Amino acid sequence: MSPTREEQHWMYRNMVTSRRFEEAIAKIYFEGKSPAFNMANGPIPGEMHLSDGQEPVAVGVCAHLTPEDVVTATHRPHHQAIAKGVDLDKMAAEIFGKKTGLSGGRGGHMHLFDDNVNFACSGIIAQGMGPAVGAALSRKMQGKPGVAVAFVGEGAVNQGGWHEAMNLAAVWNLPFICVVEDNGWGISVAKETASSIGSHADRAAAYGIPGKRIEGNDPYAIFEAAGEAIARARAGEGPSLLECETYRLAGHFMGDAEAYRPEGEKDALFEKDPIPKMRERLLAEGAASEAELNTIEEESAARVDAAIKFARESDDAAPEDALTRVFAA
Amino acid sequence: MTKSNERKLTIARAMAEATAQEMRIDPSVFVMGEDIGPLGGVYGNTRGLIEEFGAERIRDTPISETAFIGAAVGAAQDGMRPVVELMFVDFFGVCFDAIYNLMAKNVYFSGGNVKVPMVLMTSTGGGYSDGGQHSQCLYGTFAHLPGMKVVAPSNAYDAKGLMTAAMRDDSPVVYMYHKGLQGMGWLGTEAGATVHVPEETYTLEIGKAKVVREGKDVSIVSCGMGVHNALKAAKKLEEQGVSAEVVDLVSLVPLDRDTIRASVAKTGRLIVVDEDYMSYGLSGEIIASVTEHDISVLKAAPKRVAFPDVPIPFARVMEQFCLPNPDKIVAAWDQMQAA
Repeated sequence: MSPTREEQHWMYRNMVTSRRFEEAIAKIYFEGKSPAFNMANGPIPGEMHLSDGQEPVAVGVCAHLTPEDVVTATHRPHHQAIAKGVDLDKMAAEIFGKKTGLSGGRGGHMHLFDDNVNFACSGIIAQGMGPAVGAALSRKMQGKPGVAVAFVGEGAVNQGGWHEAMNLAAVWNLPFICVVEDNGWGISVAKETASSIGSHADRAAAYGIPGKRIEGNDPYAIFEAAGEAIARARAGEGPSLLECETYRLAGHFMGDAEAYRPEGEKDALFEKDPIPKMRERLLAEGAASEAELNTIEEESAARVDAAIKFARESDDAAPEDALTRVFAA
Repeated sequence: MTKSNERKLTIARAMAEATAQEMRIDPSVFVMGEDIGPLGGVYGNTRGLIEEFGAERIRDTPISETAFIGAAVGAAQDGMRPVVELMFVDFFGVCFDAIYNLMAKNVYFSGGNVKVPMVLMTSTGGGYSDGGQHSQCLYGTFAHLPGMKVVAPSNAYDAKGLMTAAMRDDSPVVYMYHKGLQGMGWLGTEAGATVHVPEETYTLEIGKAKVVREGKDVSIVSCGMGVHNALKAAKKLEEQGVSAEVVDLVSLVPLDRDTIRASVAKTGRLIVVDEDYMSYGLSGEIIASVTEHDISVLKAAPKRVAFPDVPIPFARVMEQFCLPNPDKIVAAWDQMQAA
């Protein structure tokens, strides 16, 4: 299945929006953090995990999802959140710790929840697996439409909880898809150092479900594979496992010197940056005109600027609000 | 005195009855865990449910606590009201991430926009030589971490009302039932836990303690099995002319500090009985709740009768040496007088 012209435009728009968003965050992140780098300072404190380069996975999968579908994402969630349709103003405000943020500043960048589009993420590796499987169970039990997708990194596949959840999804034949974003690195530990096999898609055999690895960080190929897996889940045929090769163009977190990367690896990855590649393909195949792409790019940048402006101008969270909403109202 | 309309149930049956009644009126309630289906739960608290509700809603799971407790969080956030069972609280070690990092925090992380209406049932307690990985209470461990309500019934009446309240709560509730109170034939059972239980549905307010015996000389505060030890000690003390009040905490989170403080203000003396480990736990919290509020009400230094800070030993004589019992509570009173 190939993406329609509209779907291709949607994917490109979300990839560009995500990249512009990460670029804006990266710039602001260093405000107040020089000359001495202290993570606690500046308008965006704390750890920051950017998703530059990993956009194809988010858009290739989320192109098939509607707001009613459930997504759990990782500690590196911005591209996935944007592709799932999370409110960008509130998301930016949450990252700034503002009162207008998704949770009023209680969560931060690793804990973004938008119940309007059934999006959640969490900061611990493989942790989104259980909740996504549970959401899929909920849909099945309620006879309600919708599938659940858990995005994880390739490092998550070595967590025990990942295997437990895969087995549970398979034994209960749930509308669940695990999407592994393989960026090759678990912080500083290379995939081949950590994993006994090259393709995590092979692990699907252990659960008797389909598994597929998609090479090349290619939004078109990911779109196609995800489309099959999601259609299968919607049809009640059970879970699937996808592993998508992708590139982490940023460090693990902001401030990561990445000395562990082999020399030249980063430069080679930038050569394969998926956004200019998709742009070229859209033009080459006549799926978009230069003018259309310019418009998408301008609108994406404007959307990000507006979200950042909203976040900056919003009131800080009130300190004493920290003591509220521990329990459901 | 036996009333003609008395309907004595064990805690296990009271829990199962509450669950069945709620499942009949609320299709979003379902149960999952290990051996909760045809077996009816190792501690009997889901007995009879699969026959009425079927395997879809009474769902035996693989031995994968991380996955099914995490799944309960996801299902709860998606409109269901799961009741999950962690067979022994001691097993929390394999799945605590799903409990305290997901279940307990997602309401807060979402700013209250996401609700996590789930019940985590788990068995606690020792006294039957099951060794140090199947005998703990861990009240303090769970009560310490914010975001979970924690209840611990001492009798079947409270067990039913708490179970219904827990299933109706929009926040996660950890329901800690004591194995020695369950009324299982193969496990010694405290008779005082099996009491009259009305057939109709009712709820018990979570966060409300009960004065289960009135007295004027000393307040003995506890939960679960400790309440029965406290009541037995109170009887012994009565023979010595000492009037002991017994407070059953019922809920550990929220903790009903008002009822504790009012009792100690009346009696002037406090003994806390806790089957959980002594240090950094429930007993210290109860004492601090009194002393930081108004230390002047105390006529004597508070005492605690708690499990010493050692792993729970297997040998019967060793375990019984460590566990709280009525004689230790009476001894605590004697020490208080001698001081």
